Amino acid sequence: MPRPLPEVNSSSQADIAFMLLIFFLVTTTMDVDSGISRVLPPAVDDQEQTDQQLHERNVLEVLVNSKDNLSVEGKRMRLPDLKDKVKEFFTNPNNDPNLPAKRVMEIEFFGPVEVSKGIISLKNARGTTYGMYIKVQNEIARAVSELRNSLSVQKFGKPFDDINADQQKAIVKFYPNAVSEAEPDETKID
Amino acid sequence: MSKFKEKKNKELPAISTSSLPDIIYMLLFFFMVSTTMKENSLLVKVTAPGATEVKKLEKKSLVSYIYIGSPLGLKNQAIFGTEPRIQLNDAYANVEDIRNFIASERDAMDESDRPFMTTSIKADENVKMGIVVDVKQALRKAGALKINYSARKVESVL
Repeated sequence: MPRPLPEVNSSSQADIAFMLLIFFLVTTTMDVDSGISRVLPPAVDDQEQTDQQLHERNVLEVLVNSKDNLSVEGKRMRLPDLKDKVKEFFTNPNNDPNLPAKRVMEIEFFGPVEVSKGIISLKNARGTTYGMYIKVQNEIARAVSELRNSLSVQKFGKPFDDINADQQKAIVKFYPNAVSEAEPDETKID
Repeated sequence: MSKFKEKKNKELPAISTSSLPDIIYMLLFFFMVSTTMKENSLLVKVTAPGATEVKKLEKKSLVSYIYIGSPLGLKNQAIFGTEPRIQLNDAYANVEDIRNFIASERDAMDESDRPFMTTSIKADENVKMGIVVDVKQALRKAGALKINYSARKVESVL
């Protein structure tokens, strides 16, 4: 009959685990990185810049000056009003000739639909604070996501975050995130 | 009757500590899973602006960071002043350095990942847009077009 082996002393196992634990406690940072994603326009040569003329009614000009004041289409506006202005700009419910034109586009799930040609041109002065700029970006993003959400609920009966990727793609086509970041040499505002 | 005989051994048995490592391991695994290593030690003060429409940055390995803010600490302020500076990796940098920084970050990635490279701009909410615009122009020239304005999630910004 084999003699039973003496048990391995496992009391130091806890100490080893403690050491690892303390290492991870010290190196850990819990914060998740979050932010507003944007795509910059590719760098272009100066000669090519002019060939992309946009119709004036299709552009919503949003300016932020160095005193962090906001103006939309040349008129002063308070930040809380920006969201509704952007929503009106993209939907153009009454086909107002001053608001963006629409073009017919074939989109999955929707068939041929009218999609706005509108583009928001966001310009800022060099003296604008970054916080204000992000607030304006945020309001525009909020307007677009509200439009997407209401379309998604109307079409699929679920909010935008709960529909599948193909459906999301269709809705993004319907309401693209059309923000153009201005060339800095155009931003001689103060 | 031997059944009711009082036990001779009055001492309390020692509490078994054999499950202590298991408990520690549970904590350990929690921290191992939830941990993200610090990327850089900050040399500039960055208070991210608040926003409601934030999205989580996924795939940390595809993200490179550019920090913009006033130099942090009296020693750095004595040398570099309090004007906002750009930080790349672990050192202060100029706008011209961004091109090399992006190139080296891109080289460090797998070829299949390169189109998905994202640059996160972590700027203090009080810096002026001038320096941010310069950084954005440098990024455009370097071909790093996917950017992310780092922001905190807040309930309302108005």
